[in-house]
Amino acid sequence: MAALKTKKAAPAADQKSRRDFIVVATYSMGAVGAGAFAWPLIDQMNPAADTLALASIEVDVSKIAEGQSITLKWRGKPVFIRHRTKTEIDEALRDDALNMRDPQVDSDRVQKPEYLVVLGVCTHLGCVPLGQKVGEVRGEYDGWFCPCHGSHYDSSGRIRKGPAPTNLEIPPYAFLSDEVIKIG
Amino acid sequence: MSANQFKNPVVRWIDHRLPIFSFLNHEATEYPTPKNLNYFWNFGSLAGISLVIMIITGIVLSMNYTAHVDYAFDSVERIMRDVNHGWLLRYIHMNGASFFFIVVFIHIFRGLYYGSYKAPRELLWMLGVVILLLMMATAFMGYVLPWGQMSFWGATVITNLFSALPFVGEGIVTWLWGGFSVDNPTLNRFFSLHYLLPFVIVGVVILHLVALHRFGSNNPLGIDTRGPQDTIPFHPYYTIKDFFGLSVFLTFFAAAVFFFPNFMGHPDNYIPANALQTPAHIVPEWYFLPFYAILRAVPDKLGGVLAMFGAIAVLFILPWLDSSPVRSGRFRPIFKIFFWVFFADCLVLGYIGAMPAEGIYVVIGRVATVWYFLHFLLILPILSVAETPRPLPQSISTPIFGGAGAMAGAAAAPKRKVE
Ligand code: HEM
Ligand code: FES
Repeated sequence: MAALKTKKAAPAADQKSRRDFIVVATYSMGAVGAGAFAWPLIDQMNPAADTLALASIEVDVSKIAEGQSITLKWRGKPVFIRHRTKTEIDEALRDDALNMRDPQVDSDRVQKPEYLVVLGVCTHLGCVPLGQKVGEVRGEYDGWFCPCHGSHYDSSGRIRKGPAPTNLEIPPYAFLSDEVIKIG
Repeated sequence: MSANQFKNPVVRWIDHRLPIFSFLNHEATEYPTPKNLNYFWNFGSLAGISLVIMIITGIVLSMNYTAHVDYAFDSVERIMRDVNHGWLLRYIHMNGASFFFIVVFIHIFRGLYYGSYKAPRELLWMLGVVILLLMMATAFMGYVLPWGQMSFWGATVITNLFSALPFVGEGIVTWLWGGFSVDNPTLNRFFSLHYLLPFVIVGVVILHLVALHRFGSNNPLGIDTRGPQDTIPFHPYYTIKDFFGLSVFLTFFAAAVFFFPNFMGHPDNYIPANALQTPAHIVPEWYFLPFYAILRAVPDKLGGVLAMFGAIAVLFILPWLDSSPVRSGRFRPIFKIFFWVFFADCLVLGYIGAMPAEGIYVVIGRVATVWYFLHFLLILPILSVAETPRPLPQSISTPIFGGAGAMAGAAAAPKRKVE
């Protein structure tokens, strides 16, 4: 009894800090547990396995006449493939040296200069730029024009004017043969 | 009124155990309300009723709606053509969203003019701004549900706003979409959240009312009530006034539903969504236009997004930007002028938001955007110190100087003792 009494009376400060520790440890465990439970609730909104597994597509580009473009759907988004004319390629190369918002030379944006493959998604807020069909406005740089807020892309798909911050994105693709491209 | 004042013994029995009747009596019947409220004070109850209309029509629409990219558009057309009274329910819900915003915007401008955001009602005001944000999120997601061209491209542009954030932006957008573009997972979750958020709004509205009843309504004079001679019981005086206001509101509402149901909509939304083609001219619903104009006024992506959210954020700190002790614009001659300039500025922004972003529209949009922020961040703080307000009346019952008590007698008739 005596021992107990002294122990109780003397190190009161010590007792308090031990209790504090237990309280803090309990709260922390609770927070970790709540966090661990919240994660599945949040992560379920990320792309599901089948969405991620969306197949790649193959396309025969030899059918695209020079100066024409086609639009494909890949992962729910449009992909533009343009068979560029000599003038369009020259314009893109000529402008390589210019000061651009998102500097990139044309040769870094194509695997074969004749075929430009880009995502048809404006890097501003995601509209589909015009310029695919014959007769559509192509903007001031002979590429594409986004009507939503007025972004102009050049014949290499680089942003030249308007609010978009970056060049049209290049999807992963490979030439399976001289004529067939696999996207994705 | 205490429990034993109820005549009905069943009511008395229940109230003793669950004081719901005392509560209602206290907060909705005898609740002392300033006696000088004008018609601008009708819009709070109108907003509440609009919310109820939206929830009721929304629940029954959900019984006939299919949240899938292949069926959504057709299910809405089926509601319009085949479901009994479906056209009516959808047109009420569709126009109801617009009327809800009209009412809430008037309610907000009322608060701005009469200084209802000032102490001690700062939290009441901030809860109101939270409700506005939730309403915007709800309406945005609801507009996506019919899966027309405007639904799809509105959803694409608005979700892409988040891609402007450095580092985390792209990840957030993919997370919002549940894929690599706006698609079926997006539609599903938007439906789920569109169903949920109005009930969250109900919760915040309850907090809004608790905060309101703490100090009671502000009033056109912007001065505190000084006692029973300044107030009248809410029932029957304001219940009847609110009902009158409601009947006027419903007249306009019904006129829109029956005669111009698509006036405030956009014809492109009757074209099914097409992920490969953006409509030539995309515009959001009219109630987002001023914010859309601010977004487009800034030539930088992140800057535009920040300015747009900033336009709402600035409302949160308004109680501290305007530190003038005088609430009502009636007694602030210079503030009054700037208030109307600001009101016009918001209309201009709305107009610019609907116009293509080119030429003179861009210039006007930028000037109006700058003015929007100047009003809050510079003009109001300066006016708080620089303006000399007109003298305030001593109390609501004595608006005329020196005439203390003159009006009190006339107003005493409906007064009753407040516990
Ligand atoms: C704050 C309250 C609400 C607002 C502002 C709102 C707004 C909207 C808007 C703007 C639309 C698009 C109408 C169109 O163009 O067709 C819509 C559609 C829809 N809403 Fe709501 N809503 C609200 C509450 C609710 C609730 C509580 C539910 C369900 C319980 C609901 C269920 C639906 C359904 C099923 C649709 C699709 C059918 C249609 O498009 O007409 N809504 N909502
Ligand atoms: S989405 Fe293309 S310019 Fe805004």
